[in-house]
Formats: sequence, C-alpha cells, structure tokens
Amino acid sequence: MFYRRAGIRHTSYRSERRLWRLPFDRGLVVAVLIVLLILPLVVDRLYLVGYLLPWVIWSTAALGLNFLMGGAGQVHLGYGAIIAIGAYASAHAARFGVPFEIAMVAGGLASAVVGSAFGATALRVKGLYLAMATLAMQSIVDFVIIHVPAISGGGQATLRVPPARFLGIDLTEDVRSYYFVLLVGIVVTLFVLNVGRSSFGRALAAVREKDYAAAVIGVDSFRFKLLAFWVSSFIGGIVGALLAFCYYRAISPDQFHLDLSIQLVAMVIVGGLGSILGSFFGAALILFAPILLNQAVGALAVSSGLGISADLRAHLPLLLYGAMIMGFLLIEPLGLAKIYDNIRNYLLVWPFRHAPR
Amino acid sequence: MDASLLLELAVNGAFIGMMYALVSAGIVLIYKTSGIANLAQGALAMTGAYMAWIGGTLIGLPIWVAAPLAAAVMFGIGALIERFAMRRMIGQPLIMAIMLTMGMEIMLRGLMPGILGASVKKIDIGIPNAPIILGDILINRTLLIGGLISFAMIVASILFFNSRLGVVMRAVSDDQTASWSVGIRVERAIAIAWGLSAVMATTAGVLWGATQGIDWSLSLLLIKALAIAILGGLDSIPGVLIAGIIVGLVESLATGIIDPIIGGGSRDLVASAIILITLLIRPHGLLGREHIERV
Repeated sequence: MFYRRAGIRHTSYRSERRLWRLPFDRGLVVAVLIVLLILPLVVDRLYLVGYLLPWVIWSTAALGLNFLMGGAGQVHLGYGAIIAIGAYASAHAARFGVPFEIAMVAGGLASAVVGSAFGATALRVKGLYLAMATLAMQSIVDFVIIHVPAISGGGQATLRVPPARFLGIDLTEDVRSYYFVLLVGIVVTLFVLNVGRSSFGRALAAVREKDYAAAVIGVDSFRFKLLAFWVSSFIGGIVGALLAFCYYRAISPDQFHLDLSIQLVAMVIVGGLGSILGSFFGAALILFAPILLNQAVGALAVSSGLGISADLRAHLPLLLYGAMIMGFLLIEPLGLAKIYDNIRNYLLVWPFRHAPR
Repeated sequence: MDASLLLELAVNGAFIGMMYALVSAGIVLIYKTSGIANLAQGALAMTGAYMAWIGGTLIGLPIWVAAPLAAAVMFGIGALIERFAMRRMIGQPLIMAIMLTMGMEIMLRGLMPGILGASVKKIDIGIPNAPIILGDILINRTLLIGGLISFAMIVASILFFNSRLGVVMRAVSDDQTASWSVGIRVERAIAIAWGLSAVMATTAGVLWGATQGIDWSLSLLLIKALAIAILGGLDSIPGVLIAGIIVGLVESLATGIIDPIIGGGSRDLVASAIILITLLIRPHGLLGREHIERV
C-alpha cells in the first residue's frame, strides 16, 4: 500500500542496479534530505549545535568504521585514535597557513598513512588478535599525542584551531559549518553506497566472508584489507578535521580517548554491521539515548522524590552503551538497520503477509 | 641510578607482575576452553572487588569470610554469564562473542560504580603497611603477599589441569565436537571455566583493591592482563607466569628509568607496546601453541 507494489520486480538491468530501486525509497531519501536542509533554518541554535551537527559528524565517522568492520570484516577498537590523528594533523597544517581545503585532505592522508601502517602490521594476524593490536594502537597514539608537546602543546593543553574558510565561505558560523558537514557526510555516504556495487566492494565482501576463500578465487586478501584500512582511516581523518574545525574548534587529547573508540564501535554494532543506513541510526541512538535517559531519570527523581545519586546518573551512559551492545548482539545481531528492514519488508506488501521476492 | 634501586624496582615489579598474571590466568582459562578472549575480565575483577567490599564493609563481615563469599558469588555470576550470554553466541562469528564481552565490560564499568558510588572504596585485608626491609631494598608488604597469593593460585590452576575436571577441560579445548562424542558435557565445562576465571578475577580484584582502593580503574587491569596473556601465549597458563614477571619487571623498570626522562606515563605504554611487539614477532606468544592463521 505504502510502496504500491507486491514484491520487487525489475524489467531492466538498469533499474535493478540503481542505488535506490523503489520509487518510494527515492522519495524518502529526497524527503530526508530536504528536512536536513531546512532544519537549521527552523530549529533553535541550541538544537543545531547540540544535536544535529554532532549527529551528522558521528554518522560520518560510523560510516568510516562500518566500512572497515562491516564491509571488510576487520575489527578496529582504535578508531578514536585515527580521528585524533586527522584532527591534530589538519589543525597543525592550518596553523602553518595551509588553506582549509588542503589541511582537511592532509588530515585524512595523515590518518590513512598511520592507520594503514598499523593496519599492515596488525593484519599479519586477525580476528581476536587484530582487536587487541588496534586496542594497543589506541593507547600508543594517545600516549604520543599527550607526550609530544609539538603535537598537543603539552599534557593538558587544548589546541586552538584557526577559523576555516572553505572555497571562500567562512565556516566559523554554526549554520554554515552544519551545511559543510552535511555536504561531507553526503559525499562519504554516496561513496560508501557506490563502493558496495563496485568490484572493490565485492572483493571486500569476499574477504569479509572468508579470506582464504577469497584468495582462492584470485582476490589478494592482504591488499584489499590494507585498502580497506586506508579508505576507512582516510574517512576517519576527514571526520577528525571536521570535528576540529566545525564542531570543537579547540581540541585536546582527552576528546579522543578509548571511550570514543568504544562509542564508535557501539554505534556500528547497534546500527547494524555493514549497513549504511544503520550507521546513521546507530549514531543517533548512541548519541541521544543517554541524554534522553538522563533527562527521564532526572524527571523521575524530581517527580517521585526518590534520591537518585549523581554517581548513578553520571554512569548511566556507560551502563547504557554496554547494555545496548549486549542487547543488540543477543537479540538482533544485525542492529537497528535490520529492524528497519523488517518493518519495510512488512509494509512493502501490506496488507498481505508475504511477498514473492 | 644505583644498583639497589634497580633491584628494588625489579623485585616489586615481579610481585606486581604476579598480581597482573592472576587476572590474565582467567583470560587464558576461558580462551583455552572456548576459544573466546574475555574482554570483560578487568570488569569482573572490579565487580569481584566490589562484592568483597559489600560483604566486608556494608554487611560488616570479617574479610576472610567476605572474600571467599564474594568469590563464590562471582563463580555463580561467571557461570550465569556463560549460560545466558555466551552460549547464545555459539555459531555466530567469533567477533560477535568478543564484542559481547566488551559490551559486558562497559556495562559493568557503569553499573558497579553507578550503584555503589564512584568514590574510591577502601578494603582492608589485614596486611600491615610497613615495608619489609631486606638488606638495602624495601619490599612493599601488600605487593609481596598479593604476589605470593597470585602465584599460589596460578600454580594451583596449573595443577588443576591434571585433575579429572581439568582433563575434561583440556579435552574440550582440544576439540569440542570430539569431546561431545565421548560424552563430555562441553557446555558445563565451559561454564565451570567461566566460573573459575571469575573467582580468579575476584581474588585479583581484592588484592588490587587492597593496594590501590576499589573504583572503576580496576577494570584497566584488562590491558595489562591482555598483554600478559598474549605474551605468554593465549592458551598457556605456565606462559602467564613467565609473561607476568616479564611485564611486571619491564613496567616497573620503565616507570623508574624512563619516566623521569619523559615526564611520566610510560607505565601505560608498556602493555600496549608488548602487545604490538609480540604480535609482530611471535603472535602465538612464548609458550602458546602455534595455530594462528597467517595471511
């Protein structure tokens, strides 16, 4: 009824190869895009800076991590460090007077180089050991950033980021940074969507399913794993630059700790491994659920007169991240994207129960 | 930098390493039976320490009752984790199971301080603070006794693998399907492994709680424990003993020698560096079986 079809039937290869195959989906994408474009003009600045801007940035980061974890099947528990490298590299480049456009790409490249250097060493092992190698990478990068004054400006220092101009447009104003971040987010989304239907994406999928099986059919699994690390780290570096120039505007090492990596992994798992839509869902849930829960608990404490300790409220986000990771893995391992997919499949042929696929 | 200071650092470091090794012995135990690296081991140690604190301070039991009681409770919690979380991960990709233990780590890290309060809890296990003076070196008495208890527990777990139950577990770790076919209850063996490793974690948590106080930072033992487990070989308990002493020594010496030069913090770097170097040079660790697939 909503999709006005019973099952998916394509009459040409062209229509089957489209990014969004159903007219309804295309309409939905356009509608969401229009809403995202109009929102900053409508909503209060507080909501723009507090919710919308971080959501778009973290969704982009989740896309980058999901490309590696879901697309190529390589675990990465140190993505926060990748983002930190991008942020610091681009900030320092801009402080040397490099224009923002180049500084951002430089941040991405720095992340890609360091990320795939670690990747190359870590890729000699896999699975479990890869998880630990990336965990170790996170703390080594943290250590280097904190202890090299030339990078961080000293242990507890924050580094002020010079104001950014993109193609002559001043990005220090919030609405403009939002549009810029949205632009980058859309570019990354389109890139990741299209990789899925290229030979590169299919090679990655083969490596993800079984790397030696991929090697048997002629896919150089080491090369493609390394490429996946490179691409994903590059996206991470770009996100770092976005964070530094459009959101934080002053960066310090503690913004990129292990906690950030854990949040990003939580976004990917909660949203759905390997799902592009899931990255957006996951980022939204991980960002907003703790805030909402905290407000709900606060309201409950006031209305019921129960004393809910500040300690409990401070630890609620952690508790919630952990519970959500566990809950999704146990109940719906494919995450929010799968739930959306189930609903969509149901509505696709509603009021009938099953569709001829 | 004189010789006696170095010796003092080395001796205390070795005992600290023993106490780290107790945490990683739990990781090895679970890895040996089920092939899953338990990333929640640090949080289990923290939870165990909080349990002992509940028994010892909130209820007011003497510590020699509270600590075994906490260990018993944690045995149950460990077995329940296996029954209701890990068992449902059978057949899923390995990475899902590891992520599940990581989710558990994060949740426990929020749960325990959230409910019991985030301030550092003191737990007194009846060891006087005065150091032991041996020649011209000082040995921290808490570290000495903690290290010896840890050593005893690890040796006990090595001996345990020669008992009937231990042989069952070795069979399970060798080949789960084959063990099934000769009538071994594989799930029960894995559940017992989880319970035992929770007991080890509790002991380590209480010992560490006595030296540094109980708060969320006990879960950071995970990184050191992982470094030891990887260096020793993920499936070798004797390896844990050797690697524990190595990591403790290196860490202690790094704090004593490198820290004054770069201004602190090298302690946290040692574990990560050891993980990376081990994976590069000898991924199966010092005593582990060589079965990692190379790409």
